[in-house]
Amino acid sequence: MDQVLLTVPDAVYEKAKLKVERSRWAAVKFQKLDRATVTRIVNAVAHAAHAKAQFYADWAVRETGMGVVDHKRQKNEACSRGLVEMYGAEDFVAPRIDAARKIVELPRPAGVIFALIPVTNPVATVYFKTLMALMTRNAIILSPHPGAKAVCADAAAMMAEAAKAAGAPDGVIQVIEEPTIPLIEKLISDERVDLVIATGGPAVVKAAYTSGNPAFGVGPGNAPVLVDDTADLRLAAKRIVASKSFDNSILCTNESTLLAYQTVADALLAAMKSEGAHICTPDEVAKLRKLLFTSQGFNTAMIGKDAAVIAREAGFNAAGAKILVTPVDLVQPEEKLVREKLCPVLAFARVANIDQAIACARSMMRTAGRGHSAAIHSRKETNIMAFAAALPALRVAVNTGCSLGSSGFETHLGPSMTIGTGFSGGSSLSENLTPHHLVQYARIAYNKEAAETFGDFNGVDPLNLPRAQNVALTSVAHNADLDELRRELRKIILEELSAVRAA
Amino acid sequence: MFDYGHFRFESKEDLFDKSIRFWNPDKTKFWQKAGIDLVIDRREGYCLFDMDGRRLIDLHLNGGTYNLGHRHPELIETLKGALDYFDMGNHWFPSVARAALSEALIRVTPGMKYVVFGAGGAEAVDIAIKSARYATKRRKIVSIIKGYHGHGGLSVATGDDRFSKIFLADMPETFIQVPFNDIGAMEQALKSGDIAALIMETIPATYGFPMPKDGYLQACKALCEKYGAMYIADEVQTGMMRCGQLWGWQTYNIQPDIMVTAKGLSGGIYPISACLVNERAGDWLNEDGAAHISTAGGAELGCVVAHKVIEMLHRPETIASVHAVAEFFREAMAEMIQRHGDIFSGVRQRGVVLGLEFNHPEGAVYVSRALYEHGVWAIFSSLDKRVLQWKPGALLSHAMCQEIMDRFDAAMPRARELIAAAGK
Ligand SMILES: Cc1ncc(COP(=O)(O)O)c(C=O)c1O
Repeated sequence: MDQVLLTVPDAVYEKAKLKVERSRWAAVKFQKLDRATVTRIVNAVAHAAHAKAQFYADWAVRETGMGVVDHKRQKNEACSRGLVEMYGAEDFVAPRIDAARKIVELPRPAGVIFALIPVTNPVATVYFKTLMALMTRNAIILSPHPGAKAVCADAAAMMAEAAKAAGAPDGVIQVIEEPTIPLIEKLISDERVDLVIATGGPAVVKAAYTSGNPAFGVGPGNAPVLVDDTADLRLAAKRIVASKSFDNSILCTNESTLLAYQTVADALLAAMKSEGAHICTPDEVAKLRKLLFTSQGFNTAMIGKDAAVIAREAGFNAAGAKILVTPVDLVQPEEKLVREKLCPVLAFARVANIDQAIACARSMMRTAGRGHSAAIHSRKETNIMAFAAALPALRVAVNTGCSLGSSGFETHLGPSMTIGTGFSGGSSLSENLTPHHLVQYARIAYNKEAAETFGDFNGVDPLNLPRAQNVALTSVAHNADLDELRRELRKIILEELSAVRAA
Repeated sequence: MFDYGHFRFESKEDLFDKSIRFWNPDKTKFWQKAGIDLVIDRREGYCLFDMDGRRLIDLHLNGGTYNLGHRHPELIETLKGALDYFDMGNHWFPSVARAALSEALIRVTPGMKYVVFGAGGAEAVDIAIKSARYATKRRKIVSIIKGYHGHGGLSVATGDDRFSKIFLADMPETFIQVPFNDIGAMEQALKSGDIAALIMETIPATYGFPMPKDGYLQACKALCEKYGAMYIADEVQTGMMRCGQLWGWQTYNIQPDIMVTAKGLSGGIYPISACLVNERAGDWLNEDGAAHISTAGGAELGCVVAHKVIEMLHRPETIASVHAVAEFFREAMAEMIQRHGDIFSGVRQRGVVLGLEFNHPEGAVYVSRALYEHGVWAIFSSLDKRVLQWKPGALLSHAMCQEIMDRFDAAMPRARELIAAAGK
């Protein structure tokens, strides 16, 4: 009775393929909209998303069991209205005229973006990628991690509705409701997809880059943070604890390992303790190492869990702690605790000077975190420069938490849920993903010779060019010769007309 | 050499020769004379490939048979899956495939009670006429001049006498024809009070898709009620979402008593047709269910495919696609009239059903040929040769729509030349 008697097609895949074509139609229509309409759509969607920031923060934590509701709300707000405040004034629609170089640049949106959404920051990433796409007149298909599919589907539907009500073309925002790995692998290699943006585990990123389609994939983080002897220790302690506990370390920019100058280490630990850090005993460190790293790698059940919960699971008490600090002797990849930990557990080691700090940081990043993030708390430019120059990180946040600093919310880097890890980190993207990455430009380039003067393109709107002449003529004559004559005459008249119009 | 395993042909000429000798001399020669030397070989999506390898984009779709495209992979897989288990079946017995498809059709079609299956459109039209006669106990059928309902024993009599007289199958006393869009003439015909049914294509296809005037179909339906006749909607070309809703009549807000669907219901891969009847028209199924019999009618393989077709048509993405394609051609054709108004004079459109009007009595014949030379296959209306039938597929991609229009635009100078050469 339970066995299916006929072999049937994979209807889920077939439906998903239809979504891709719907997205293509949407992309074409979207590219015909002017800036005012695009702005109206972006604002409406950002507004609707912002209003639901709390609602989806609750839901995301409930569905994924990861993170902190209040922090998720903050991220959702930053990834809705926050993005509009950041980029709202920028024009991704009008041609850019560069009179000095005699070049006009016409925006060419990617078209159809296929966006993979991680389980760690589901709604914030849905908000972020969708708004980036809308700002640049791209259609987007969101493909959530199965662990967050319900909340993502609902958020996507909410945004799609707001977009439609504001005049966006049908199908501009779509979501894969039932994502599976084989389905996603097939879809990202669909030739009708213009760009894949992969945020997620290394497997997902690799799949995106082997899809044959243009892709932005970003590698995993594993950020070292250095506190030297010029840092304001009280502020550094406060910022590190806040950053490490932010959404229970679920941002890939979170601090993995704290390196402190020997001379300030004790004072720093004391200050961190008063900020709510629990400094683990060697026994507790061993218990945590065992809990967090299984033979399969990081224990995913612990991702984004509260510090106290993790301690309890490990077998000790840290009630009320915001983060757990695990002192280690060795900062080398074989010490598991200096690997990436998407949970509020921070490895800690003492260093003698900047050279040793660099050696440690480079060592821990050798297996994971290349091209990603690092942080330093210091007032000494040469230390900051040495750290940045020597590390394989592509961003070094200074005197701020790494979670929100490297991701651009507390610095002037682009606020982003997709952190480019560059060539060394297996990515074609080196910056924080911003709308600028989702639009390319076609260029009109004039002859350099001074005698060839540049045209006046002010007010020449590619969306609103003069229409072709209406050749409303009488019906065709019987006589072919006469017809030839007429055609010749018509051609002359049309040429005259267009010459007059161009003048 | 064209070796198909089971049979082989030396060349395309060899095929033409054998077609003339063994199959249909007139049809074969007709196309040759028209400059259309097409022998459809491979087919895929919305493209046909001639034996010589030339690719053509199909805007004829054999009247909507390939609404979802040629050999849609999902339908092929469906049929292959069904072939591992079923065959045509036995029409005498209840069957899971027929019951499931009947239920699916009734669920999506307001006002209908039972489904009677056939193998082709004409058979389903014959069933419709028989059902109306059973219910009304009247014999006469009204249809429109230049309507087309197929070539069955009854259906052929509803159409142009070119097709009935040759076989002595015209029956002008029982099959009355009135002009389209003339409500006065319609009342005149129905008011005799002995009419069993009016049969209407929702938009007459072979006539070139002239649009029913506002309120015309509703008035026809009201007259049927007034004079006790049944209204049969022939949805063979207008159904399957092609007008923007599943059935064309739904877009005109009328409720037929009987409706007929075929062509696209088969997905183009396994013949099937259906006549849907309301309670009154279907009552013969309670009295004598074997009154209509068809060995191939409602073959189970066709039922499985049609069931899939109905599901596919109801996906939100399919509906969105129909609207997008319709909107695209509405805008694109308006622009073409601007550019080629000297020969291209008008467009009739509902959804993805279009008729393009050219201002020469045989304009569409020449345009069809010019398009053929430019890689697009669209057929003129055989009953009004000013009009080109333009039947884009429900699932056409934007890229292909754009390609079609670029080819159309490029073909217009050639069309102009052919029309000029033909004179009037
Ligand atoms: C409107 C209409 N009704 C009925 C038919 C007959 O269908 P078939 O050829 O399958 O018998 C056709 C075929 O072209 C048609 O267009």
